[in-house]
Amino acid sequence: MELVAAAALGKFIGAGLAAIGSGAAAIGVGHVAGNFLAGALRNPSAAAGQTATLFIGIAFAEALGIFAFLVALLLMFAV
Amino acid sequence: MATPTHDAGHAAATSAPGMPQLNIEHFPNQIFWLAVTLVVIYFVLSRVALPRIGGILAERAGTITNDIAAAEELKAKALAAEEAYNKALADARTEANRIAAATKAEIQGELAQAIAKADAEIAAKTAESEKAVAEIRAGAAAAVEEVARDTAAALVAALGGKDDAKAVNAAVDTRIKG
Amino acid sequence: MATEEHAAEGSTLVFHPMDQFIVKPLFGEGPVAWYTPTNATLWMGLAIVAVIALLVLSTSKRAIVPGRGQSIAEMAYGFVYKMVEDVTGKDGIKYFPYIMTLFMFIVCANFLGLIPGSFTTTSHIAVTAILGFGVFICVTILGFVKNGTHFLGLFWVSSAPLALRPILAIIELISYFVRPVSHSIRLAGNMMAGHAVLKVFAGFAQVAAIAPIAILGVTAIYGLELLVAFIQAYVFTILTCVYLKDALHPGH
Repeated sequence: MELVAAAALGKFIGAGLAAIGSGAAAIGVGHVAGNFLAGALRNPSAAAGQTATLFIGIAFAEALGIFAFLVALLLMFAV
Repeated sequence: MATPTHDAGHAAATSAPGMPQLNIEHFPNQIFWLAVTLVVIYFVLSRVALPRIGGILAERAGTITNDIAAAEELKAKALAAEEAYNKALADARTEANRIAAATKAEIQGELAQAIAKADAEIAAKTAESEKAVAEIRAGAAAAVEEVARDTAAALVAALGGKDDAKAVNAAVDTRIKG
Repeated sequence: MATEEHAAEGSTLVFHPMDQFIVKPLFGEGPVAWYTPTNATLWMGLAIVAVIALLVLSTSKRAIVPGRGQSIAEMAYGFVYKMVEDVTGKDGIKYFPYIMTLFMFIVCANFLGLIPGSFTTTSHIAVTAILGFGVFICVTILGFVKNGTHFLGLFWVSSAPLALRPILAIIELISYFVRPVSHSIRLAGNMMAGHAVLKVFAGFAQVAAIAPIAILGVTAIYGLELLVAFIQAYVFTILTCVYLKDALHPGH
């Protein structure tokens, strides 16, 4: 029984730790968007053609956060 | 939120595991219906929707191109009309100038003619008058000569001279001329 | 997931963030066989109806000056067409119907999933994995058919120093095979996360003290989710285009 309780505790701690990854992904997304904005303000004429690249970059950064979120979910509900 | 004891106790007993997304039993169902959905959407799009929208867009592009061409043509026509108008205006102006010049020349000619005629008339009248004046003057001179001669003859006679007409005449002539 | 009777005995806050994703048969109870019409079937069918209404019914007049519905259809067409053309180039245009199919399905399913009480088909990994792996397999086969063994040049970075190339090849290979995983999990994860967060905030609304904040939060996150629903469809589509470009022109 203690083992079960310990496992449950570990599950929640692990899920909480995995959720930190979402914050890290948020930093990444902010970095991408901020740098895009900085570049776009320097050269606004070139910005319009690069929005696709912006979204791809955001998607890649965000996907890793989603992985972290998924790990948290798996720990919470599936393990 | 499931408490861990529940999961531990019932996960094996109940068929639904924690995340519905990870329930393998439901996969074939979803995959099958997804395949059906995608095939239906693909056929709807490729057979009906996309050709139609593509057609509409192409038609619109064609219409716009035609309209622009028509507008260009109309613009060219308008420009040509304006040019023709300007040309007509210029023609009319030169014609008017020409007519004015011709009229002016005509009037000038008539005027000159009239002046010449008047001049001629005046000259004729002057000549006539001068002639009359000369005649009068000649008449007056003859009368003066006659009077002088008569007077001279009378004077000569009165003074006791011989009535020498010839000498008197010569003397009068000399005096009048001199 | 706790079943109903467990949930009822929850102490103060009762959350069922994952209940909305349960696949249920439409008619009656019972096991879900592969042919059973379920709520997933219903919402996929509604997605088909939405696509037809959006792209077929609205354009039935074929107006030269478009109405509101026809403008949306033309905008969607032009949006995806331009994306395909910009990313893959002229020779990618013939795959436009496939990409349009993916885009329309995902965008309609995402938006339909945001209707309160609905079922989000794209939040299921089974669905997005089929979409993602379908793209992956098609693109890989296409790459080998179009370019033969030259397609493997995608993994052999010829601009790198020779000593580094095997290592880079391994990295490229791994990243290539991770593509469908990230491609599908990104979509499902985003949808699932957004809906779960909405549900958690809705659960907080049960406590009177924080209910106004919770409802405000639900509203704000709903707005964010509207954006995410579109952006994820866009990202899925544009990544499909990028993978297609890699298959058509493997030499970087």
